[in-house]
Amino acid sequence: MNTLIVNGRHVKAREGAMLLEVIREAGVSLPTLCDHAALEPWGGCRLCLVDVTRNEWDGWAKMVVSCMFPAEDGLIVRTDSQRVVETRKVVLDLLLARCPDTPLVQKLARDHGIEQTSYQPNPEPTDCVLCGLCTRVCDHIGVSAIATVNRGAGREVAPPFHEAPPDCIGCLACAEICPTSCIPFTASDSKRTIWGKTFEMVRCTLCGRAFITKEQAAFYDGRNGVPASYFDTCDECKRKAQAKQFSRLSAGAGR
Amino acid sequence: MRIESKAQFDSAVRSAKKAAAGRKLDILVCCGTGCLANGSAKVAEAFAAEVEARGLAASVGLFTKKTGCHGFCERGPLVVLKPSGVLYTKVKPEHVPEILDKTVAKGEIITKLLYKNPATKKPVEQYTEIPFYKNQTRVAMRNIGQVDPTDLEDSLAHGAYAGLARALFHKTPEEVIAEVEVSGLRGRGGAGFITARKWRAARKAAGERKFVLCNGDEGDPGAFKDRSIMEGDPHAVLEGLAIGAYAVGAHEGFIYVRDEYPLAVVHLTLAMEQARQRGLLGKNILGTGFDFDVKLSRGGGAFVCGESSALMRSIEGKTGEPRQKYTHATDRGLFECPTVLNNVETWADVGAILEHGGPWFAAMGTEKSKGTKAFSLVGKVKNTGLIELPMGTTLRHIIYDIGGGILDDRPFKAVQTGGPSGGCLPESHLDSPVDYEKLTEAGSMMGSGGMIVMDDRTCMVDVARYFLSFLVEESCGKCTPCREGLKQLLIIYDDLVAGRGKAGDVARIERLAAGMQLGSLCELGKSAPNPVLSTLRYFREEYQAHIEQKACPAGICRDLTAYEIIPEDCNGCHACFRACPADAITGEPKKAHTIHQGRCIACGACYTACPTDAIRFFPKVALAAAASGQGGAS
Ligand SMILES: Cc1cc2nc3c(=O)[nH]c(=O)nc-3n(C[C@H](O)[C@H](O)[C@H](O)COP(=O)(O)O)c2cc1C
Ligand code: SF4
Ligand code: SF4
Ligand code: FES
Repeated sequence: MNTLIVNGRHVKAREGAMLLEVIREAGVSLPTLCDHAALEPWGGCRLCLVDVTRNEWDGWAKMVVSCMFPAEDGLIVRTDSQRVVETRKVVLDLLLARCPDTPLVQKLARDHGIEQTSYQPNPEPTDCVLCGLCTRVCDHIGVSAIATVNRGAGREVAPPFHEAPPDCIGCLACAEICPTSCIPFTASDSKRTIWGKTFEMVRCTLCGRAFITKEQAAFYDGRNGVPASYFDTCDECKRKAQAKQFSRLSAGAGR
Repeated sequence: MRIESKAQFDSAVRSAKKAAAGRKLDILVCCGTGCLANGSAKVAEAFAAEVEARGLAASVGLFTKKTGCHGFCERGPLVVLKPSGVLYTKVKPEHVPEILDKTVAKGEIITKLLYKNPATKKPVEQYTEIPFYKNQTRVAMRNIGQVDPTDLEDSLAHGAYAGLARALFHKTPEEVIAEVEVSGLRGRGGAGFITARKWRAARKAAGERKFVLCNGDEGDPGAFKDRSIMEGDPHAVLEGLAIGAYAVGAHEGFIYVRDEYPLAVVHLTLAMEQARQRGLLGKNILGTGFDFDVKLSRGGGAFVCGESSALMRSIEGKTGEPRQKYTHATDRGLFECPTVLNNVETWADVGAILEHGGPWFAAMGTEKSKGTKAFSLVGKVKNTGLIELPMGTTLRHIIYDIGGGILDDRPFKAVQTGGPSGGCLPESHLDSPVDYEKLTEAGSMMGSGGMIVMDDRTCMVDVARYFLSFLVEESCGKCTPCREGLKQLLIIYDDLVAGRGKAGDVARIERLAAGMQLGSLCELGKSAPNPVLSTLRYFREEYQAHIEQKACPAGICRDLTAYEIIPEDCNGCHACFRACPADAITGEPKKAHTIHQGRCIACGACYTACPTDAIRFFPKVALAAAASGQGGAS
């Protein structure tokens, strides 16, 4: 097991862990926006920057994003060095200028002593921090219906050609993973709408509840060995059916 | 015919040289992109047609050759006659019969087509006597302008693949790396990383599959050295790649070229085909058992795609966006395999180093920067174009001896090196030798060798703003500090040039710059503040003038500048009247003219046009002050 020093405290790290995990396990808080346990680290928001050094580096230290830097044995990590704190503040100050009305960003900024941005607040405020979680989760599922478009200052998340995305299956993963909940969608008993596309629902043959879009069912049909009949019933009814079967089995076994 | 042994290679070179010697007279028509734009293709066609019609090939051994860029694009189309070395400039198809009648047939020089030295006002016959060429030392560009880039035989006659032959027949891969190490070669694409060290790391890295890549993205605005090399001597790039592949143990290579370089793509593709046919690429190269082949990969031309990790992603078919990596590409690069990425010019140097030896290359340059370096010299100098010089040449030598001095003999103000990641150096740095360390110490960068010369009519705040406006579009936008930081910097600069600067702006700029340098994901964001910081370092008083006095000392920022005509100095020639795009000038012939402030857009066209220097500029605030002063008095 690797041993590291985080802000002066010795901590142990799981094999293959990144610094961020170790820092948090050590009880040190660090803001992040683009990191998510279910996805590969990405290194875009830059909030998790830390200083790392080693005894043999003679006082030289480098700044790295902790979400992507492997927790190697013997590393000495500081999350509170002056330049780290100052850089993190600049990043938060910039994010607050981009998203002046977004509660999450306001809170992160306030936690770091920033009440108001020192820069020009966005004349067209947005809640999107461009953390890329939505597009990455969509890629991860294997759908890739949305992507970031445009370079530089004009970068945004959008479906192709800003039209209802043909590949979208209406799973709502993007909306659910979004840290600022800024992807609008509507869900009713019979329909779901996201990215300007409306989806028909599949109803559970037992309880009649709408639990999944037709496109989702079609997408998973045959994938990872899932048979089409799997989507005849909703998860809840499946659980109930299973429980019933178990109790029958165990009742039978007891006899 | 494939070349399959050292003896066959030597004999192929001998026969190529013999064929070249049989051409008693060569007419070299520059067909680089610059001269093509000026119509050189028509000139080459006219020569070919006339030579054919007159039967000159057979009777006097005269041939026409379309070559790559001679570098002196500004004077194009260029034509060089060999062996005499006479250079004709601005040649048109209608000059062709005259050149054949006089110069070729009788050895007479056509003076009107010669280059005139602006300093001595005398025409110069030999291209080697022109200061622009005389002061150059060409290694990476050794064959550009000399060879027909579409003809492998011509390149062989000029020494192409001699370095590869020496490597494959006489050296182990380790010895090739040692030779490059002795040469001191460092990367020509930006950071100046030691090439041999990169190669050795990739050689040592575990893995069967390895790659060598050539970075031909060249996204800096105004830079064109890599384009000229790929277009004018594609075999130099292929030879370098093959040598590098042999050294690191790679069998696959990619050349990444931007889509805006169609001629480079055509010439590289042709060169690859020809090299394969002759056994210089592909399986069993030169019969040595070494296999190596190259593919072209075409990029959309984004500046950020020149960044190492973005370039590799782009070749992999993904979005060309940088990726945070804490492993070296030499361990895990393209497709997660050990990869060496070098710049076009770096690869072009490699063949020459293997041919002439590391010590030969290391004999040129400074202690830590060896060899020669290509630059594109542009801006307010008399001679603009593409040049190659030993490292350590002073900026003054480049600007005044090769560049011929500042246009219109105005005062020098600054020289920008290194493109958008570089900085602006003032007069006090003119005598410092150009090498990696010196430029970095001075707050600029070698970068890819762009050099923009600026005269006194340049506002340094505006220059910094220009680079920001380029970068704000070219940043990929993945990481917060670069994307949002550039956006905010540009807002501050827009305010500065419009007279809305406020106290504390400089401090805000410096804080943002530090945040971007430390916080950005890739070198684009980390180096983006360089133009800002270097202008602040050397021209801080100009910032103060913009903020405190609302004045642009160079008279460039239109919102801050007003023009007026000094009546005593005006001879009423009307030149300003004709130059003004806003109809803001009135005046009778031979009488003093007047600028009407209400209509003037402060473009400065009149100032440039006036032959008697009767027009002056001054801070616009003075107008308001004068107006309110008058108001108070009346
Ligand atoms: C934003 C950005 C753009 C770059 N563009 C280029 C380029 O156009 N050509 C190039 O050779 N290197 C470019 N580089 C540098 C490359 O990342 C890399 O360092 C270089 O190609 C390595 O080759 P060298 O060692 O021969 O210089 C760029 C770097 C950055 C950060
Ligand atoms: S929409 Fe939400 S998840 Fe997607 S990039 Fe913006 S903030 Fe991140
Ligand atoms: S520094 Fe700029 S170009 Fe590089 S990853 Fe960040 S946003 Fe993209
Ligand atoms: S969490 Fe590490 S960069 Fe965003």
